[in-house]
Amino acid sequence: MSSTIYKRSTPAVRKIEPSQTGIWVAICAIAMTFAALTSALVVRQGASLDWQAFALPRILYLNTAILLASSFTLEISRKRLDAAGVAAGDAARSFYDATRYWLYVTLALGLIFLLGQVLAWRILAGQGLFLATNPSSSFFYVLTALHGLHVLGGIAGLLYAAARVSRAAAAAKSRALSAAAVYWHFMDILWVYLLFIIAVRM
Amino acid sequence: MDQASAQPVAHHHAPPQGFIRKYVFSLDHKVIGLQYYGLALVAVVTGMVLSWLMRIHLGWGAAAIPLLDKLSPNGAPGGVITPEYYLSLMTMHGTIMVFFVLTNAPFAGFGNYFLPIQIGAEDMAFPRFNMMSFWTTFAAFLVLIMAFFVTDGPPISGWTAYAPLTAVGKDSGPGEGMGQNLWAISIALFCIGQLLGSLNFIATTLDLRTKGMTLARMPLSTWAWFITACIGLLAFAVLFPACILLILDRIAGTSFFVPAGLVISDKLQPHSGGSPLLWQHLFWFFGHPEVYIAILPAIGIISHILPTFTRKPLLGGMRVVTGCMIAIGFLSYMVWGHHMFLSGMNPFSALLFSVPTLIITIPATIATLVWLGSIYGANIRFTTPALFCLGFISVFISGGISGFFLAQPSIDTYLHATYFVVAHFHFVMGVAAIFAIFAGTYFWGPKMWGRMMNETLGKWHFWLTFIGVYGVFMPMHYLGLAGNVRRYSAFTDDFLIPLIPVHKFITYSALITGAAQLIFLYNLIHSRFWGPKAADNPWEATSLEWDTTSPPPFDNFGGRHLTVYHGPYEYNVEGSRGDYVMQTSSEAAVEKT
Amino acid sequence: MGKFFAVVLVIITLVSAYFVVAHTWWMPVDISVHGPGVDHQLDETMLGSGILFVLSQLVLAAFVFMFGDSKGARKMKKFPGGATPLVIAAIVLVGIEILTLSFVGSKVWAAIYFTPPDPNSLTVDVQAEQFAFYFRYAGPDGKFGELHPDKIDDGSGNYFGLDPANDLAARDDIVVGSLTIPVNKPILLTLHAKDVGHSFFVRELRIQQDFVPGLVIPIHFTATQTGKFELVCTQLCGLGHYNMKAYVEVVSQDDFDKWLKTQSQ
Repeated sequence: MSSTIYKRSTPAVRKIEPSQTGIWVAICAIAMTFAALTSALVVRQGASLDWQAFALPRILYLNTAILLASSFTLEISRKRLDAAGVAAGDAARSFYDATRYWLYVTLALGLIFLLGQVLAWRILAGQGLFLATNPSSSFFYVLTALHGLHVLGGIAGLLYAAARVSRAAAAAKSRALSAAAVYWHFMDILWVYLLFIIAVRM
Repeated sequence: MDQASAQPVAHHHAPPQGFIRKYVFSLDHKVIGLQYYGLALVAVVTGMVLSWLMRIHLGWGAAAIPLLDKLSPNGAPGGVITPEYYLSLMTMHGTIMVFFVLTNAPFAGFGNYFLPIQIGAEDMAFPRFNMMSFWTTFAAFLVLIMAFFVTDGPPISGWTAYAPLTAVGKDSGPGEGMGQNLWAISIALFCIGQLLGSLNFIATTLDLRTKGMTLARMPLSTWAWFITACIGLLAFAVLFPACILLILDRIAGTSFFVPAGLVISDKLQPHSGGSPLLWQHLFWFFGHPEVYIAILPAIGIISHILPTFTRKPLLGGMRVVTGCMIAIGFLSYMVWGHHMFLSGMNPFSALLFSVPTLIITIPATIATLVWLGSIYGANIRFTTPALFCLGFISVFISGGISGFFLAQPSIDTYLHATYFVVAHFHFVMGVAAIFAIFAGTYFWGPKMWGRMMNETLGKWHFWLTFIGVYGVFMPMHYLGLAGNVRRYSAFTDDFLIPLIPVHKFITYSALITGAAQLIFLYNLIHSRFWGPKAADNPWEATSLEWDTTSPPPFDNFGGRHLTVYHGPYEYNVEGSRGDYVMQTSSEAAVEKT
Repeated sequence: MGKFFAVVLVIITLVSAYFVVAHTWWMPVDISVHGPGVDHQLDETMLGSGILFVLSQLVLAAFVFMFGDSKGARKMKKFPGGATPLVIAAIVLVGIEILTLSFVGSKVWAAIYFTPPDPNSLTVDVQAEQFAFYFRYAGPDGKFGELHPDKIDDGSGNYFGLDPANDLAARDDIVVGSLTIPVNKPILLTLHAKDVGHSFFVRELRIQQDFVPGLVIPIHFTATQTGKFELVCTQLCGLGHYNMKAYVEVVSQDDFDKWLKTQSQ
């Protein structure tokens, strides 16, 4: 009985870097989580008349700027790493130093962002808005807390990438940094989206 | 980009030394797969014992069960199960079976072991995440089991944990205090374990395939694991925030799911404005894909094993069954509302959800017809795994057909929350998916532990189980048609009392079928240590796992980088020398004229 | 082994089908106006699925019987046409069945949910709680009193949380533990839950509807036969769920008027 059509063949299998696939898959999952929370927010707001809008602490906008700036510094870091890859000797070493320097700046900005978020919480608490006060404040805290936790994860990723830059093969450095960078930019975009939702709905 | 090796290398580490590194905190996907399988085994025995207790109580409500008063003095004083204890047994039975058995064994268990091997990789893409995912799942299991040991016992809300019963804390019933908290934490942990696992499966499948292993040449089991991982990624990502919101409602005073004005246990609850339907939507948006996560690997495993024993590929080649699996995966996200036809959501939505629910029947039917058509004209080798494949087809048909009724809102008006539903999901999940796990165990056992399982015992296991499960679950359809409501711990209504003899019959069947599983357990353990040694390819199969030793070496292929020349089911190919051509065989196949 | 499989499967299939065909355990008599639609839908689905079930299991049995390992004696055959006729058959046959059932079924569903209640309906307010149903009639003034959850006091029989002291309309509300309704009259029930989720199921009325805390859900029907029928809870609501029930008494219009009069006093 006939079944096969082809002769023996070994078509090439495209090589994709697992860390890139992994980070994009992770981004899909995280995006889905926040999509679920967004729908929960929309449904909850429509379920009852008790939704109370409140003024967003201004510091949130400053935090946004800081997070966006951190994406810029991260890209500077990546450019330095690319330059390091093609340079040699002393020039390469100084490019690696610059890579790490800009990574630490990004990290610092990330930490400042998180501090700023905590400050925003304190401002809200000062106005009497806590987790259970109102559904709008509940979602505010849940969304910002979950985002903040993921940013912490991103910081851990950046630290890991920084550690790799200090070590061996060029490819490993750039793989780790690429993956951490994709994730970090996603944290940015996610935050802008969340801020938009929060501003519109609250 | 690392150009040095022919493929991205996942194994950066040398073989592990020491017991802990080798068998406990192992990075080896094979060990992790077996760990998941072992966890699923413990879970299924636990879940089955719970079901025996439930069934005994349903048949003989006043029965004093020996030892039970010692194990659970609160829940079963004098050995007689109280109504709340029954419900907590039921809740834990469902939770353990759905999460720790059906999501673990066919997907995380066999998938972790065989996906890398079937695509010719040395390990998963992220071995450390893989190890983390197992231990997170294990921790989740421990947290869940702890619910048995808290004062008020496990939750009584069913595995579906509907709010506000579950969202207000212990006022709503025993077990709704700490028990429900532990449940929610356990499930949240489980989500994280699953997400890490899915991440690994997807990255590995896309990135680590060996030379010549195109997507079209991946075995159907690998396809199933891959599609399941994609579904799981999005589904568990929704269950996780749902659990977080539930925990917040319970302990932080928020009102996501609890409306105002509820008086529970004579107390006016402090919440306000929340929506119980929101929990249902979030839960079922996860819950429906979850049941396809349970059945798709089963479909893949059966589709993978059947050709080996019919000695011919499935009709339509790879494309038809893969297409069915993708269609089922895609549609599974559009049907969640069919669990909520009578929930109070907009009745128009019911009709909207009913349509894709019915449409899912089509790829499921195509797959079934393909299996049937593939048996036509075959030369079936009736080994134990083959019998479980054939049995699977039968029970999959039985389970699928009852779905046809429930998919229609007008009929669901009567059958909702009756034993008809219980019959349906047990046939597809509690029988069909389990049959696939059995088929996989008998088929791959020799590969995993290098020893053949006993065929005689296997056949006894199959026959007693196949007949037994029909005795357990077919009568439940009739009970449902008579209106027998589910989740009742006892039958006191006028119309239910005459049905108790049917329940007794079911209980007898369940106990006998349960006892038959001891044959499987004995066979498993005995052959693991003392069975006859297995050859590399005892079934004369074609996929990559059979092109290595039994069990495989640490890096799966002993340093070889395999090249794949053929698809996975080349049995009885015209012009080939034997009745099968292995995927890695460089023997050319004949051009079809 | 294959022959044994086939025999066992045929026996299982025929026995399973027998109990359905014989209606050994079946739905009780239907007593509602929309009920025949539901029953008809079920019968049609049972016929179609039943045939599919029996046929496919018998085909499986037949193929397993015929195609065991012949050890080389029999040449392997491919199913005529390969997968194509099967795919087409599945799409066409199942597709037609889906379309028919959906079309007819949506009419049945619409009869229950999309038709507005009759303006002459008798309205009864139903409260579900752990673990009982209570029913409230508007009384001679025809108006329902307001509900105040904080005033609920089971001990004194104020299940609904009425405030007759301050609420005129509440003074004559009739609260009872079983649902008495007149036959052949449109009934409108407004369902609300006091504590957790419950569900309203009367088999003979072919009606089932969840109570959702926070919502008031209307359902309506007309009973066509007198008698006493069981109302049971079908949404897991706690430890007393199995025992949560009430009786529905469908009586003649005269008997109902008499009953209502005695309740109003």
